[in-house]
Amino acid sequence: MCTVCGCGDAKLEGHDHGHSHTPTYDHAYRHVHGRGHGHHHHDMHFGIGPAGVEVPGMSQERLIEIETGIMAKNDRYAEANRAILAGLGAFAVNLVSSPGSGKTTLLCKTIEALGDQPLAVIEGDQQTANDADRIRATGAPAIQVNTGKGCHLDGHMVGHAMEHLKLAQNSFLFIENVGNLVCPAGFDLGEDCKVATLSVTEGEDKPLKYPDMFTASRLALLNKVDLAPYCDVDLDLYEANLRRVNPGIEVIRVSARTGEGMDSWLNWLTGSLSRKTARTAAE
Amino acid sequence: MHEMSLCEGIRTVIEDQARGHDIKAVRRVRVEIGRFSGVEKSALEFAFDVVMRGSVAEGATLEMIDMPGRAMCYDCMHEVEIDDRLAPCPDCGGGKLMPVAGDELRIKDLEVI
Repeated sequence: MCTVCGCGDAKLEGHDHGHSHTPTYDHAYRHVHGRGHGHHHHDMHFGIGPAGVEVPGMSQERLIEIETGIMAKNDRYAEANRAILAGLGAFAVNLVSSPGSGKTTLLCKTIEALGDQPLAVIEGDQQTANDADRIRATGAPAIQVNTGKGCHLDGHMVGHAMEHLKLAQNSFLFIENVGNLVCPAGFDLGEDCKVATLSVTEGEDKPLKYPDMFTASRLALLNKVDLAPYCDVDLDLYEANLRRVNPGIEVIRVSARTGEGMDSWLNWLTGSLSRKTARTAAE
Repeated sequence: MHEMSLCEGIRTVIEDQARGHDIKAVRRVRVEIGRFSGVEKSALEFAFDVVMRGSVAEGATLEMIDMPGRAMCYDCMHEVEIDDRLAPCPDCGGGKLMPVAGDELRIKDLEVI
């Protein structure tokens, strides 16, 4: 089974899985060895628990302290991905949104505007290679991951996709997640940050309805602003609601169609990549 | 959310433990569930029974320990406890709260024989 969640049979487009997908601690620890840990707890405390845990009359019962995140398996894959990206000085963005927010169009325009900048794309959808085809039409290398019934990409799928893409030094990796404002918030892929796209047709209260995704994101792209006059929406209210669930979130208003705001978004990207590359060079 | 997948994660951890220890059966699994973890506890309980079938934890009791939600208020700069993601700051009434704890999804320990 390929997904952490077991809720689908994910497949990489053009990639036949001929090997076992059951990850082992050995496998994962090899990749994360020596890396600093984030806020997740990876430590495994084996052995018997604290004194006094034996239950009278049930002397053979014992307590094993685990203290492990339920997402530990995914987190190990994510850390392995993060280590690879750090070694390359590559900046990875996990693009999240509801379906239909305009992520793929925005990404195509972004790739065109970035010109010769080395980059690669992982496209996540339940079915079809349509989005990867759209990305490849721009000339950029892309790989489609179909999650089957799965509702999100996970660290393991992204790790496999990264192997196939052969990422360049100092490049961008754009990971377009499955359109879903719930589950992808909980799955670390090893990315540098999540960027949420929210289109003006979705309603100002979207961040309040799905706070977790916007809390997990560093930047929100308020997309399709060219449609705002036709939708009777208040763009300031969109921003206020985003900051209500995440006071630290950055917001950029864009229109992939007209190009409005694209310069700010591109500056944000290239600035982030420069900082990442400088950090790698310093280490 | 995806309670079935979380239970698959719990089963993986238990099976890894069972390989390294002399475990005949798991009687109780204690998990810490944060207020903001997005977990529906009744769905987790249901999925747990189903997913543990055929493992050393078949028939085990799932004990869920609630972990409070905590947030930093960007208005008064206090760290406060809140029950709801959209609740105002209990100290100053401010509305700019950044969650700092309450997303826990952890297996605390196993009671085994």
